[in-house]
Amino acid sequence: MTLPTATPITSLVTGFVGELRAAGVPVSMVETIDAMRALEVIDIGDRAGLKSTLAATLVKAERHLSAFDTAFEVYFALSPTQAADGEAFDPTATPGSGDGGAGGSGDGLEELRRSLLRALMDSDMGAMTQAVGSAVDRLSGFEPGRPVGGTYYLYRTLRRLDIDAIQEMLAELMAEAAGDGGDLEDRLLSEEIAARIEQLREAVRDEIRRRLVEDRGREAVARTVRRPLTEDVDLMHATRTDLEAIEGAIAPLTRKLAARLARRRRLLRRGRLDFRKTVRRSLATGGVPLEPKFKAPRPHRPEVFLLCDISGSMATFARFTLQFTYAMSTQFSKLRSFAFIDTVDEITDFFGPSTDFSGGLARVASEAEVVLHDGHSDYGTALLGFEQRYGKEVTPRSTVIITGDARNNYRPPRDELLADLAARAKAIYWLNPEPRSYWDTGDSVMGRYQRWCDSVHEVRTLRQLEAFVEQLSAPTGGYKGR
Amino acid sequence: MTSAATTTESPAALMHALRGVDYLADPRIAQVAFLAHRLGKPILVEGPAGVGKTELAKALATLWERRLVRLQCYEGLDESRALYEWNYKKQLLRIQADRDHEWNQLEDDIFSESFLLTRPLLEAIRAEEPVVLLIDEIDRVEIETEALLLEVLSDFQVSIPELGTISAASHPFVVLTSNNTRELSEALKRRCLFLHIDYPDPAREQEILLTRVPDLPEKLAKQIAAIVRSIRQMDLKKPPSVSESIDWARTLLALAIEHLDTETVTDTLHVLLKYQSDIERASAELVHQ
Repeated sequence: MTLPTATPITSLVTGFVGELRAAGVPVSMVETIDAMRALEVIDIGDRAGLKSTLAATLVKAERHLSAFDTAFEVYFALSPTQAADGEAFDPTATPGSGDGGAGGSGDGLEELRRSLLRALMDSDMGAMTQAVGSAVDRLSGFEPGRPVGGTYYLYRTLRRLDIDAIQEMLAELMAEAAGDGGDLEDRLLSEEIAARIEQLREAVRDEIRRRLVEDRGREAVARTVRRPLTEDVDLMHATRTDLEAIEGAIAPLTRKLAARLARRRRLLRRGRLDFRKTVRRSLATGGVPLEPKFKAPRPHRPEVFLLCDISGSMATFARFTLQFTYAMSTQFSKLRSFAFIDTVDEITDFFGPSTDFSGGLARVASEAEVVLHDGHSDYGTALLGFEQRYGKEVTPRSTVIITGDARNNYRPPRDELLADLAARAKAIYWLNPEPRSYWDTGDSVMGRYQRWCDSVHEVRTLRQLEAFVEQLSAPTGGYKGR
Repeated sequence: MTSAATTTESPAALMHALRGVDYLADPRIAQVAFLAHRLGKPILVEGPAGVGKTELAKALATLWERRLVRLQCYEGLDESRALYEWNYKKQLLRIQADRDHEWNQLEDDIFSESFLLTRPLLEAIRAEEPVVLLIDEIDRVEIETEALLLEVLSDFQVSIPELGTISAASHPFVVLTSNNTRELSEALKRRCLFLHIDYPDPAREQEILLTRVPDLPEKLAKQIAAIVRSIRQMDLKKPPSVSESIDWARTLLALAIEHLDTETVTDTLHVLLKYQSDIERASAELVHQ
């Protein structure tokens, strides 16, 4: 056990927990104490071990791990000298103790590229860190105190290093080493190269972050590199990577939704007498059936109608709602989904049980007839189309969920149609991806529709979708009775 | 076999020892298992199917020469299957056998331990020697049922109304696994150390293949690992697990295939992938790139 002094590491971990909380990762008091206890039994000089230890005690969900990684890199950064010399890691060393811009200045740029290339060829992480250290020294133009983000230095270094050229050279060298394989070999090789170049990028990013931490201190850097958690990413502005992470998190959520909708019905009714269970139970009381047992009513598969606006303004959100639709269709046998822009079409079959999501998405794009005129949302016409073609299938057992921003391009909203629907359906919920404060501004007619909905929710993030699911399960809250 | 004391001296020693029982842990897995042992806390292992979550519990049991008590979770699991149940038939026979006895005496008698059927959780608690308790696929039980586990996990005890509280004779080492099909309760997660196991990188996968399929040529193992990684990056319903890549390696060995090209891969893809749509997609992507 190499605990230098108890206080520095304790306060460092406290600061680290604060940063995790600031990033949105829920860390309880008990977990913090667990982490402190764990630090007493491990060797905190082993940085990787320290990282796994803190991760195991503080983070309890996979989707929070990337936020954890980022914060860890800032709070427990190796100082540049430690990184280059492979010196023992001391987590409590104050940032700023390294001598920063030393070393490697004698090499020419060509020399530097060659040593990077060699490190990449051999996958030698030690050599790579060293070469990256001198690359950042020479190429980033790092100026202490200058208020620019880490990305600025990152792109500057990568551009001057000419990372594309390095990738090409690496490809040539590795192809030579591998000899002539078939198509398959080529594919595998290019993937391997991509992975190694990514390692290089990662190393440069880490190196720059180390210098920033040294320059500005942990808290300041942590604030700038903080990214929203998957559940807090704004769906309207999500990047592709964000969307992929979100898609991974949707499936568990829909399972919860299915369980909630089914359970509510289970709580509402009692089934018939279960003779077998009653007799069995009576054995505990000497054969006297004191306590009758009832069959739990079979949970009804709830009937759900899902209507999604998939117009251009909703592109990112539409992808998300369709993903939600797809995940729901695996949970509900009686789920019917519809897409609309200025008219409506049924898309249930595209996301059936034996389909995959990207295939379904392609079919929605090519086969669904959702545009009648100009491809701008027209909720009124879409509602009319729905009413005419599918309206009579909506019964008091049906839950209707509509997703869209209710921006009607100044066309007639025809909200009386929604009123009719509401009178027949069990419940109507509306999920709107716009912030509540934007509703009823410009061409948004949310208010006109809201009157007829059991509830309307702002769903801009996964967390808000989850809140909607939670609220559905609450015994009160928009339930109209059977 | 090395004694439990030396294997848990340090994470590195534990990693090395696990290797001895054919479980290739990465440093992270070893570190968390080490911590769980030292702190006496359960491990919650999460990750995609077939990456060796259950295997970890089995390997630790083998390594420490402990009995493995397994509770397989499923929807509808209840107390009487997880904790304990009174043996009604035996109680009934007992009542009928002595009709003449005093009721009080009889009551004391039929609610004694000899009429108790122990289920995995109680069994793990009552074991004389410490056991490894594996609670498999915890995400399959309903969220309400999770509560059954909390008493066992944090206090290592079970309360039976008729008998009182039964405390652990020895602390079991608890491993819970989850495929993350639903969110687990905060209360449960707080009590556990969390370990996310993902697919191994190609180098580790190659090593796993060589350990599990000893006759496999090294070059083929390397190729398999690389192809499996490539397939996992595709957008599939169910990416191939480690156990499936082991199956694939065995198949290739049985077919005496020593070198993989596009054709042999697409011909044997059904071992690796379990959905027709996945097989079609993967072969299409492997053919034109």
